[in-house]
Amino acid sequence: MSEPRIMLTGMAINEAMDIAMTLDPKVFLLGEDIAEPSGGVYKVTKGLSEKHGLHRVRKTPISEQAIVGAAIGAAIAGYRPVAEIMIMDFLAVCLDQVTNHAAKIRYMSGGQTTVPMVIRTSAGAGMGFGAQHSAMLETFAVHSPGIKVAVPSTPADAKGLLLTAIFDDDPVLFVEQMMMYWDKSYAGEVPVGDVRVPFGKAAIRRDGTDVTLISYGRQVHDCAAAAELLAADGVSCEVIDLRTLVPWDEAAVMQSVGRTSRAVVVHEAVTRCGFGAELSSRIHEELFGQLSAPVQRVGSANTPVPYASNLEADFIPTVADIVAAVQRTQG
Amino acid sequence: MSDVERPDAPDRDTLLQMFEIQSRIKLCDERLRSMLMSGQVRLIYYSPRGQECISAGWGVHLRKDDYVVTIYRGLHDHLAKGVPLRELWAEFLGRATGTCKGKGGPMHVTHPESGLMVTTGIVGAGIPIANGFGLAAQLSGTDQVTVVNFGDGATNIGAFHEGMNLAAVWKLPVIFVCQNNLYGEHTPMSMSTGVDYISERAAAYGMPGVTVDGNDPIATWKVMGEAVQRARSGGGPTLVEARTYRFWGHLMGDAMEYMDKAERKAAMAADPVVLYRAWLIDNAHATEAALAEIEEQVTAAIDDAVEFALNSPQPDASELYTDVFGDESAATLNGASR
Repeated sequence: MSEPRIMLTGMAINEAMDIAMTLDPKVFLLGEDIAEPSGGVYKVTKGLSEKHGLHRVRKTPISEQAIVGAAIGAAIAGYRPVAEIMIMDFLAVCLDQVTNHAAKIRYMSGGQTTVPMVIRTSAGAGMGFGAQHSAMLETFAVHSPGIKVAVPSTPADAKGLLLTAIFDDDPVLFVEQMMMYWDKSYAGEVPVGDVRVPFGKAAIRRDGTDVTLISYGRQVHDCAAAAELLAADGVSCEVIDLRTLVPWDEAAVMQSVGRTSRAVVVHEAVTRCGFGAELSSRIHEELFGQLSAPVQRVGSANTPVPYASNLEADFIPTVADIVAAVQRTQG
Repeated sequence: MSDVERPDAPDRDTLLQMFEIQSRIKLCDERLRSMLMSGQVRLIYYSPRGQECISAGWGVHLRKDDYVVTIYRGLHDHLAKGVPLRELWAEFLGRATGTCKGKGGPMHVTHPESGLMVTTGIVGAGIPIANGFGLAAQLSGTDQVTVVNFGDGATNIGAFHEGMNLAAVWKLPVIFVCQNNLYGEHTPMSMSTGVDYISERAAAYGMPGVTVDGNDPIATWKVMGEAVQRARSGGGPTLVEARTYRFWGHLMGDAMEYMDKAERKAAMAADPVVLYRAWLIDNAHATEAALAEIEEQVTAAIDDAVEFALNSPQPDASELYTDVFGDESAATLNGASR
């Protein structure tokens, strides 16, 4: 293996699909506009149809139920489809296929049939797309037993987690925050070749002793920035990047919070009933007597995503919100 | 069926094979309904009685490695695809020995060994999934076909439109079998559907569409054969509308106030299985004794299956937490625990 390279997130995701299709003829892609000349609306599938053929990089009609349904059938029949749902809000259009079929089929069949497919979807606010093209809806899937959920925060994880997702025998919802695709500030080193990142194994992004920040996806970077600011005030933050929500690394979280006795959970999804609610509950259940402060939650406002740039900026949790939440735990 | 000979009829073996499938369906249904009515078992049951000829009509054309997708009213389709009686009965009764270890139930019967791939409880949802089986066969270069069954009500849901269009665009080897029993749950077709014949809808997708009397086993056999042949030879999908009638309403216990009494009475008087049986004898395709023997064999197999199911245990309590994910570590970690 040669040296890791600096890559953008979109390139890393593209490389994971390229490697998977090269490794295994059963892997194919389907989705709207994913083939050349467009290569996907975000260019994430750029070049793949030229390299692997239009039979394996399949443009579909604008039919989300048909896309996910076809992926489910092909997966049961032995393929490893990677379906793209262009924008996460569109999951609502095909949620029956996701929650009633992809997630439940292994269980309903008593383990006779499995659905080894990935639903890749771009998500998140910050692009000025308004309420129906910006939401983070990962808890749709978290609340549907039988489907795994990954939300990468770095290009290396985007590649490594996607490779794991494609070769996993269960359906996976793979959430790509669109703000990260081509923004150089999220660039990072990416190993060459088929290097996979396991599910259910959190990454400690920063060691600390006073408070644990638990996050996933793009907001991990905000947590790191908050930790940097707080360090100047003498508050030492540990930053845990969950990487996957189903399964999630409960041991890493409990071990860290058991040590720091304070926790702040951070995500872009709206706070109410977000994954942070589950994290907070589990921490209280396990560590109530050892906590020095109640677990704090930081998420988006409990509103649809607004359009105007000032409102959108207020909607998304900020570094300042995270700093304030950490300060609430200090007393 | 009229009492005249049919020049379009298949060979004798096929005729008797269809009768055997129809008898399995009819006799299983009668047994299950009598057990339900006597309180011996309790389950949600959507009787396919009256629709036997349709499943038998495609059943004799399919190979074991062909795929079938069906719906909650699916007993006839399960049997026509060859799901074994013991495992099927055990699944209906929620037993550990069932096709799905009792974890799916009648609405989710799955038996890949027989090619019965998905039974869904969601109206219309099997249609997009059937395309996936068709796509897998097309990508693999095999000549396997997929038959997906659904009711007339399903043709008014979005999944039907999306699935039909994709199948036509990709020329998938899928046969869309609309078992039009004239009612969607408690509403007659005339109050929910703007066309007289579901097959008219095929034109909107650039796909052949054909309506057949689903209570005529010979005509149904012929139409299914043409559609299966088209799919197997790379000619793409077909929408087959097989018109029929459900004798027992939407589900057992349904008071059927929304159904016309005279209409139902007439349909039951023209029981397609009974008429077919008489036709086979009248036209010397089989003797009364030969058909009675088939029925006795089916009855004995059902006796055995019912006894097997009733004597089987419920699934072990640990089954609650298995089969959520392939790697139980994920489930153990936090996927399936409370």
